[in-house]
Amino acid sequence: MSVRLVNLTKEFEDPEREGGKLVAVREVNLDIREGEFVTLLGPSGCGKTTTLRMIAGFEMPSVGEVWINGKNVTNDPPNKRDTSMVFQSYAIFPHMSVGQNVGFGLELKGRPKAEIEREVRQIMEVMGIADLAHRRPDQLSGGQQQRVALARAIVNRPSVLLFDEPLSNLDAKLREQMRVEIRRIQQTFGITSVYVTHDQAEAMTVSDRIVVMNRGRMMQVGSPFEIYSRPENRFVADFIGRVNLFPVKVRSLSEGHCVAVDAAGATLEAYSHAAGVKEGAEALLMVRPESLEISAAGQPLDIKGLAGEIGAFIRGAAEGDRRFMLAEGRISKAVYLGATVEYEIDAGFEKPVQAVSHDPVDAGFWKVGDRVRLGYRPKAAHLLPLEE
Amino acid sequence: MRSKFALAAADLRRAARDPVLLAVILLVTGSLIVFVLYPLISVGLASLDTGGGRIGLGVYREAMRSAYIRKAFYNSLLMSTLTSLVGTLIGFIFAFAVARARVPLSKFFNTIAVIPIISPPFIGALAIIMLFGNNGLITWNLLRIQNFPIYGFNGLFLAQVITFFPVAYLTLKGVLESMNPVLEDAAMDLGGTRWKVFRKVTLPLAFPGIAGSVLLLFVETLADFGNPLILAGSKFPILSVQAYLQIVGMYDLPKGAAISVLLLVPSLIFFYVQRALVNRRKYTTVTGKPQQSTTQIVSPGARAALFLFCLVVTLLVGLIYFSIIIGAFAKVWGFDHRLTLNHFKFVFGVGFKAVRDTLVIAGIATPIAGFLGMVIAFLVVRVRFPGRKLVEGVSMLSFAVPGTVIGIGYILAFNHKPLALTGTLAILLLNFVFRYIPVGIESGKALLASIDPSIEEAAVSLGADSRKTFSKVTLPMILPAFFSGLVFAFVRAMTAVSAAIFLVSSRWNLMTVHIMAQVESGNLGAAAAYSLLLVLIVGAAISLIRLVLKSSYGKYAGSMLHF
Repeated sequence: MSVRLVNLTKEFEDPEREGGKLVAVREVNLDIREGEFVTLLGPSGCGKTTTLRMIAGFEMPSVGEVWINGKNVTNDPPNKRDTSMVFQSYAIFPHMSVGQNVGFGLELKGRPKAEIEREVRQIMEVMGIADLAHRRPDQLSGGQQQRVALARAIVNRPSVLLFDEPLSNLDAKLREQMRVEIRRIQQTFGITSVYVTHDQAEAMTVSDRIVVMNRGRMMQVGSPFEIYSRPENRFVADFIGRVNLFPVKVRSLSEGHCVAVDAAGATLEAYSHAAGVKEGAEALLMVRPESLEISAAGQPLDIKGLAGEIGAFIRGAAEGDRRFMLAEGRISKAVYLGATVEYEIDAGFEKPVQAVSHDPVDAGFWKVGDRVRLGYRPKAAHLLPLEE
Repeated sequence: MRSKFALAAADLRRAARDPVLLAVILLVTGSLIVFVLYPLISVGLASLDTGGGRIGLGVYREAMRSAYIRKAFYNSLLMSTLTSLVGTLIGFIFAFAVARARVPLSKFFNTIAVIPIISPPFIGALAIIMLFGNNGLITWNLLRIQNFPIYGFNGLFLAQVITFFPVAYLTLKGVLESMNPVLEDAAMDLGGTRWKVFRKVTLPLAFPGIAGSVLLLFVETLADFGNPLILAGSKFPILSVQAYLQIVGMYDLPKGAAISVLLLVPSLIFFYVQRALVNRRKYTTVTGKPQQSTTQIVSPGARAALFLFCLVVTLLVGLIYFSIIIGAFAKVWGFDHRLTLNHFKFVFGVGFKAVRDTLVIAGIATPIAGFLGMVIAFLVVRVRFPGRKLVEGVSMLSFAVPGTVIGIGYILAFNHKPLALTGTLAILLLNFVFRYIPVGIESGKALLASIDPSIEEAAVSLGADSRKTFSKVTLPMILPAFFSGLVFAFVRAMTAVSAAIFLVSSRWNLMTVHIMAQVESGNLGAAAAYSLLLVLIVGAAISLIRLVLKSSYGKYAGSMLHF
């Protein structure tokens, strides 16, 4: 294991709060494999940065341990840990040239000058900033500073690379470019990485695994697919992307074939379920907006010409083509975005149902006020426990 | 409560991970307690000593029963109040003329206002005696008045205003410059007359700065020692001088200590009120880059009046330096104004030891104070450790405590074992170092607060320990603050007199103390020669630092020398 967090907890003094303290991180247990890219994802104040800073050594855990490469480093200061951090503000030393910045860590290690120069040149070439070596930091663009910060961290060949929201100060286009770049560099050097962000698209792009955090706790650990399509709880489902949740009662559970009934008594099927879902209990049926299919109300579902009652599914069709009818309603909002059209449908639920239609040129548009029918495939549905 | 201790313990545990840092924290905290707090406690204890080791308020009762000391207390407060009000008024008009009305010769006026700040604080008193004293150039040579009553209220008031209006000027110039002129433009655009705009916009915006300046001048005038020692005379007693005379003249330590406490209490009160005001102002000043205004915010007539005012003040300041310069070269001031180098022969001959001592002491104390200031700023802003508030508070105390009080504190505290330092070089150095760190700390703190802490964390993350982080990253980044601390410490070390006068000895003497002695013995020529040399040395040192900075840190150079 490259990084192991055992029961990690951090409390801060906060006289405004009950008990005089704020628990920023609670009982976090996590094992990170060698070369793995793990992202801590969550809203601000969820404890992700505190967790990262405890791995780096900038914060001391109140309880728990940090292990790096099989060694308990809980009481080691940051400079004694084999980690390098890339900061949100880049933290480029303003009084040094770019080259001096990148070589600073090697210089501290007392490496010979020639070696430092060679290593610095090499890493700067990999990062595509070789021509900036003699620039002053205030002459760099945000993207360039980001690369310098990354080069400076990597040149030391740390066992663990730590990223604290490194892209949040860049504009959208550069951000997309840099997250691909970060992933490329991490893969090139195979450095175990822990990355903190509140941007779920960023997390999806770079990570092998994502840890979703909320209020100091780990809500779920999993691959981007698992986090998005098989969330363990309502918080994760809500936080990652947009989601529609329909209250149901669970009738039977089995992997690949869960059956539930909705408030009206209609039968609905889902492909998977979270661990907390119990047979006979209340639950939530999750369908992402892009998995909802819109067809005209009262018209047959647009598959094989077979009409259906709400909740009925079309027998005889191939497994992947089976559809369930969720509800009928009226389009209350339609936003045309070019590649997609985003709809809100008023279908008598507490919140409007969200749907996204891709390729509007082919699928056509619905107007506000149109009566529509919403269908889904069981494969795109997932059951969540009803909580809170 | 328990969790407070637990958190302090966690802080300590964290600090203990870095033994060098822990050692520095302990050393700084310890030395602040020993060299700032302990002398003050000694003064307090000495004032409560009613004889025979009994503790009580007897000394205070006795002191307050003396009409003379009551008068001194009243005089000190009166003098400080008037000086702070008039000094601030002059400073404000001067600052307004230079910063806002942009009168002709603005740059020149600015220089004139800054010169008194780098001069020994009693140079005004010396010049006033030369101009208006018994053998004064104006009173005797021109007007043929004998025994003009310059000693007492009139002379002292004039000296204090001239000495302290530049402090108000510098403070208020900063305030006026940071004000956005577009606000005044907007007010005029809304139909306000110039006078209305000044009264309803400019003045209210500057008010916190003005109030801060009044309080600051009050504290500084109250603490001042050199001017009253020369000018107050026996009919107009002043507290700081009385405390000194009780100890040096009457050998009455408890009474001297009690008078010091009487001096200390209003100083501390006004100082902390001023701090609170300045800190609050931080949130209410108009920020943003100063924008260019095309509007003339004063009428041509007002501008002319402002110009005239600046000219008169400048003439007065000029007259002071003029008399010092002439006095340094005149044979016998007031009687024989033929030029001579005799006074300089004295200064460079018999009297040169004091010059050398002063340079040695200032030369050693200045870099230590500058460096220590940066270390304390770093600790206070960046490191969490138990006692951080104590370090911050105590290191700032030197700003508030009058030199006389701390001087008496030092002779009380370091007169006996284990720290018997009286008469040594060390006691002067320690006094200067701990008295003159606050400006460095203040500017260091301000600068550090504007620097993202993750820059230092980046260094630590790359493997630097706290010592390397400080020397390779923090210090180079706060160099401007370091230099402004350095300049302040040097100027003060060269021109200090109030605390130092208690601490000098035959082995280690200071130019300032020598000057006071020359004035007292009526040897004005030698005093003027010493003063001139002192101003020249300080001026040369500042120019040198400025030059070095300009060549190596071009764009910072300007910002480094505000003190």
